[in-house]
Amino acid sequence: MDATIVQAVLSGALIGMIYALIAAGLSLIFGLMEIVNFAHGEFLMLAMFSSFWMWELWRLDPLASLPITAALMFGVGVLTNRLLVMRVLNAPALAQIFATFGLGLFLRASAQYLWTADFRAIQDPFLSRVAGGRIALGRDVFIGVPQLVAAVIAAVAFALLGLLIRRTRLGLALQAVAEDRSTAALMGIPAGRMFDLGWGIAAACVGIAGAVLASFYYIYPSVGVTFALLAYIIVALGGFGSITGALIAGIMVGLVEIVAPLLLGIPPAYKYALVFTLYLLVVLVRPQGLFGRY
Amino acid sequence: MQARPDRASTPLLAVEDLHVSYGGVPALYGLSFEVHAGEVVALVGANGAGKSTTLRAISGLIPPDSGSIRLDDRQLNRMPPHAIAALGIAHVPEGRRIFSRLSVLQNLLLGSYARTARSTEQQTLEEVLTLFPRLRERLHQPAGTLSGGEQQMLAIGRGLMLRPRLLMLDEPSLGLAPLIVEGIFDVVRTLSASGMTILLIEQNVQETLMLAHRAYVLQVGQIVATGAGVDLLQSDLVRRAYLGL
Repeated sequence: MDATIVQAVLSGALIGMIYALIAAGLSLIFGLMEIVNFAHGEFLMLAMFSSFWMWELWRLDPLASLPITAALMFGVGVLTNRLLVMRVLNAPALAQIFATFGLGLFLRASAQYLWTADFRAIQDPFLSRVAGGRIALGRDVFIGVPQLVAAVIAAVAFALLGLLIRRTRLGLALQAVAEDRSTAALMGIPAGRMFDLGWGIAAACVGIAGAVLASFYYIYPSVGVTFALLAYIIVALGGFGSITGALIAGIMVGLVEIVAPLLLGIPPAYKYALVFTLYLLVVLVRPQGLFGRY
Repeated sequence: MQARPDRASTPLLAVEDLHVSYGGVPALYGLSFEVHAGEVVALVGANGAGKSTTLRAISGLIPPDSGSIRLDDRQLNRMPPHAIAALGIAHVPEGRRIFSRLSVLQNLLLGSYARTARSTEQQTLEEVLTLFPRLRERLHQPAGTLSGGEQQMLAIGRGLMLRPRLLMLDEPSLGLAPLIVEGIFDVVRTLSASGMTILLIEQNVQETLMLAHRAYVLQVGQIVATGAGVDLLQSDLVRRAYLGL
């Protein structure tokens, strides 16, 4: 096979893994509360800036500060739920949309005000120095160490999320609240605390994604916009509320974005057009998405 | 059957002058009744009399406007439903409300989510599966694939997983075939014989009054008659209300 194609498949799968982790957070919140977090991209941006500032101020590598960023973002998620989402929980859908959409705008504008619109990057993070920053997998096929490690960390986070939801009592309680919160309350499960937990976990997922992206991606206030748009597509494609769907669809989107332009001879600038075409084709046939219940 | 409960003791559940409304529309006007440990108490009355509302107020799903609900001497008003469940009140809601996407076993394990029920979980599970052998056969099946009768057994079994001090059953026979309904009543009798305290709401008034130690008759949010189940069955009021159903 052509080395460029192999290269593209690898890159697509690696970035797709990160997309999947971002989308999983979105899907988790939707599955739990039927609320779409339109500030999800801004959560990602905050996580990237968290990595950036810890590097800038204390020379902490994004990899080393990842647990701190994830924990900070967990807190951001819980606060968002307590201060904003719980107030609109029983409000009309439009109020819910504007609440999280407004939060997103507020966070993006605040980031621009505080940290300017400059594009920033973390110079020479640890991972870019490991093995010269890339591994050769044959003639003309290279894989970036930061991208590889980012995908592996995303995959581990994804697996832990799956274990938490499917194999623990807490995950069982989350699923019960997602299906019927008042009956879950009759079982002694406090819905409010489960919502806190859901938002915390979702934001921590995006926090981990942001921390690994910070090693090789530009950091700026509107960095989350494209990622969030892709995450919405991935959630709709995989099926609202389905974590497995988010994984499959995330990797699909990563692959289509990088491999399809190459195969079809289309300039990479049109890659998102191809992603949206895939999305439209799937939802035409299966409006509920690949693994969706809705 | 065990000895009749000691009426002189303080009641397990005491509801006094309970007022509840839905969005300004009153549903219960000054309801008072008691349930003693070991009793089966039935609430009977027409649709809309406020029977389900009463159970929903006890389990904290709707906050009362006024009045008091006490378990032993602990005031339950204003407590969230999850905290009330943790005190040992299992509410098996109308329409069963099982978690259809989860397995039978997962549903049962959710019943013992409260910390107080966890230490005895395995033992309780064994007891529940002995009471409902059908559930053992279907343990790993999604609960949504069960028949109506099996779903009701699951809903009751899930309530029992709490090892409740008070089991509240809301219309357990609703929508089930006569033979299945008999099975459900048998279960209630078995539980009662084992000493379980039960607050029961049923459409099937005749059978319910024969089974209950005591009953209260509700009409538009108020109690209009009370007495031993078998005595009420003879009363004109119940005969009229019962025929009125």
